[in-house]
Amino acid sequence: MRAPRTSSGPCVRLENVSRRQFLRSTAAVAAFALAAEIFGLEPGFAYETGGGQMPHGIVNDPHVFVSIDPSGIVSITAHRSEMGTGIRTSLPMVVADELEADWSKVRIVQALADEPRYGNQDTDGSRSMRHFFQPMRQVGAAMRQMLEQAAATQWGVPLSEVQATNHEVIHRPTSRKLAYGELAKAAMDLPTPPVESLKFKPDNAFRYIGHGNVPIYDLFDITVGKAQYGYDVRLPGMKYAVIARPPVVGGRIKSFDATDALKVPGVEKVLELKVSWAPPAAFSPLGGIAVVATNTWAAIKGREALKLDWEDGENGGYDSAAYRQQMAEAASRPGRVERNQGDFDKAAAAASKVISAEYYVPHLAQASMEPLVATATIRDGAAEVWAPLQYPFGAREAFAKLLELPIEKVKVNVTLLGGGFGRKCQSDFAQEAVLLSKALDGAPVKLAWTREDDLHHGFYHTVTYSRLDAGLDSSGKVIAWRHRSVAPTLFANFKPDPKREQAIELGLGLADIALDVPNVRVETGEAAALTRIGWFRSVNNIPHAFAVQSFIAELAQALGRDPKDFLLEMIGPPRKLELEKLGVTDPLWNYGDPYSTYPIDTGRLANVVSLAASRANWGRSLPKGSGLGIAAHRSFLSYVATVVEVGVDSQGKLIIPRVETAIDCGFAVNPERIRSQIEGAAVMGLSNFIGEISFKNGRAEQSNFDNYPVARIDNAPINVRVHIVPNGSDVPAGGVGEPGVPPFLPALCNAIFAATGKRIRSLPAGDQIRV
Amino acid sequence: MSIEVTINKRSYIVDVAPDTPLLWVLRDVIGLTGTKYGCGIAQCGACTVHVGGDAVRSCITAVGDVAKPVTTIEGLDADGNHPVQRAWRDERVPQCGYCQAGQIMQAAALLAETKNPSDQQISDAMSGNICRCGCYQRIQSAVRTASRGV
Repeated sequence: MRAPRTSSGPCVRLENVSRRQFLRSTAAVAAFALAAEIFGLEPGFAYETGGGQMPHGIVNDPHVFVSIDPSGIVSITAHRSEMGTGIRTSLPMVVADELEADWSKVRIVQALADEPRYGNQDTDGSRSMRHFFQPMRQVGAAMRQMLEQAAATQWGVPLSEVQATNHEVIHRPTSRKLAYGELAKAAMDLPTPPVESLKFKPDNAFRYIGHGNVPIYDLFDITVGKAQYGYDVRLPGMKYAVIARPPVVGGRIKSFDATDALKVPGVEKVLELKVSWAPPAAFSPLGGIAVVATNTWAAIKGREALKLDWEDGENGGYDSAAYRQQMAEAASRPGRVERNQGDFDKAAAAASKVISAEYYVPHLAQASMEPLVATATIRDGAAEVWAPLQYPFGAREAFAKLLELPIEKVKVNVTLLGGGFGRKCQSDFAQEAVLLSKALDGAPVKLAWTREDDLHHGFYHTVTYSRLDAGLDSSGKVIAWRHRSVAPTLFANFKPDPKREQAIELGLGLADIALDVPNVRVETGEAAALTRIGWFRSVNNIPHAFAVQSFIAELAQALGRDPKDFLLEMIGPPRKLELEKLGVTDPLWNYGDPYSTYPIDTGRLANVVSLAASRANWGRSLPKGSGLGIAAHRSFLSYVATVVEVGVDSQGKLIIPRVETAIDCGFAVNPERIRSQIEGAAVMGLSNFIGEISFKNGRAEQSNFDNYPVARIDNAPINVRVHIVPNGSDVPAGGVGEPGVPPFLPALCNAIFAATGKRIRSLPAGDQIRV
Repeated sequence: MSIEVTINKRSYIVDVAPDTPLLWVLRDVIGLTGTKYGCGIAQCGACTVHVGGDAVRSCITAVGDVAKPVTTIEGLDADGNHPVQRAWRDERVPQCGYCQAGQIMQAAALLAETKNPSDQQISDAMSGNICRCGCYQRIQSAVRTASRGV
């Protein structure tokens, strides 16, 4: 039971089955029932997602994801990577609920990297629940029906007389029961029922889905230090290694002297990791000099003792201050038109007033608390890797290629990720471990990155310079809007540098902005990628939303309007935007999901604005030095509005006593983890306010948390309250992990303006306000 | 060089250079991986353990300088039921969980010293521990909860 992978069939769907016909047959079944059903089941309702378009698409077979042992323990496979979102719990929880399994008898098994078996495993883009909520319900429903069939067969009764509930199947007329464990073998031996035959629990029968009552599976282990992250892998006879990498991307070693390094106690070997790095290099390692030792510390000390002479290559001149000037110049000139709705030039010329502003968001580093790490060994022509990977299967393919082994000879274990935020999509670090093990004749080796390595050799968040221009008519209505965005693209990793944002990046809150303005133009300017640009939680939505939502507040201020009312006016009346009227040059990416399922719905966007504002008691009077700011943004197919309250303490230091965030993410499968994601998004939003990775002579200037500050408990928002718009399971699930991040920065800066009159347009904010 | 350290009430003799940080002795030599590496320069608190009951950053503590018994997250409570651990679970604090051993050890040391800390005291004591997932408000709340159970 595998989803078709043709372009027309992205997901297993039931649209072809007549809903009415299904209801008729269900009614017929009900007439035969001799005792009341414990809860009614419903025929499948399904919406189309982009899951089937991802590499290896969707798999929804219980024989792949579920096994039940004779004691009744239900093992459910989690095929997505756990980096803090709770997905390793939430997807199996969906299976368990639809399967009528008792959660206390459920065990979670982490999948190996094996997309042909499990379907797509790329854990990013806030799409795990979006793409797998329905397939996991199908897995659970199919397994439930197999258990019911096994019981009916054993009792010799009609299927219509049995019902699975809470880990047992009941024969309703006689109240006989069989536990799941007793039925396990017979049920597992049955073929998977066709998806068209599946029936689903109604929302009001869910025990776990939508309730938020299931703690994350690893909770106890985390609190006692037993949870296993990539950094915690230990193998018998394992060596520990670190690598001295070229300080400039594209650089290479000219010469090195390992004499002193080899004198460090514990250092066993120093070797060159030779790679031919050349753009577009995808996720290739940078090469360098590896120090292999008996423990991590010895390897680090050994590396410090290396004498290294680097050649920097063509990125040796990367200088963030000069680069910013070039970006500003590019933003001052017409760029490539990416969206053209109406006629901006004509409308701007006719405007009674034109207001302009420029915004800057620097490079940022994901800086997950667990730095990059991977362990590899090769034995008898087969390799095994343990690593915290967001793209485990892509990594496995890369390892097989590096080792010139068939992919079946490469086994990849996905550990817990101590944070990811996009950095662990790129498998460069794990490829290093594989190359190193090969160089050590297959010996088990753990390749560890220090924090300095993490900040110096990143796949960084891009750097963005934005210029916005708005034309107002004499009544103060915005009649023209132009957004020029200049940012190097992460697609320079995959093709000759196109030197401007690409279709996917345009779809991250730039070309897909909902504005009730008749003349809208979006342009991109040229900017070459002079370092490695990578995925970062919510990606280009950060600078795009910062610019757009700050600018809307600036327009409100210029017009003497209330920022919330003006924002609602800019969003306009409730409507689903018609794609063809947007004027986008490239097809709208829409996060890889069909527009028919996930249109741009201004009613939902306006609704979260109103909800957040009302929970924040928008309009209340605040003491001098305090202020409220609001921002709203649709990203990853969810709608989020945030109201930030700020104050300034007696020392002039910023305090954030309260944040009210409203999210409409469609059906809220695990509300408790949605709350934790949105709480965390506010904290990361503050980190994005204070952090910067800058370059000088091609080198990242920041090295650790002392010069790359991130939010701490003593400056983080004190109370983030999350308001989830209630929806039924028929409202397609949107993303959750990322959409909380983009509106925070502009809401914060709008609040700072309200509190202090200071408009922050350039980040980091460090020299503009004490945080 | 042989160095004797007491960890979680057990004595270990380790053969490492005395300037080796306790963190790497715990993790790589003894195999107690609950204590995490996050920065190596006492900026993030992920490596926090107790030495003689005080919270210390094991990444900058030379094993040769450790004169008192060490407690790690694995030894905080035999059953994992220290009030801080219970509060962490009750309040569903962790997201990725990587920093939480350090957070819990820091909080336990605070409560051993200050039975009923104020919000300001909690914030001050926990400000050396970074959580990149951003669990801070739950950490603040869980320390408060745990203070009622100590």
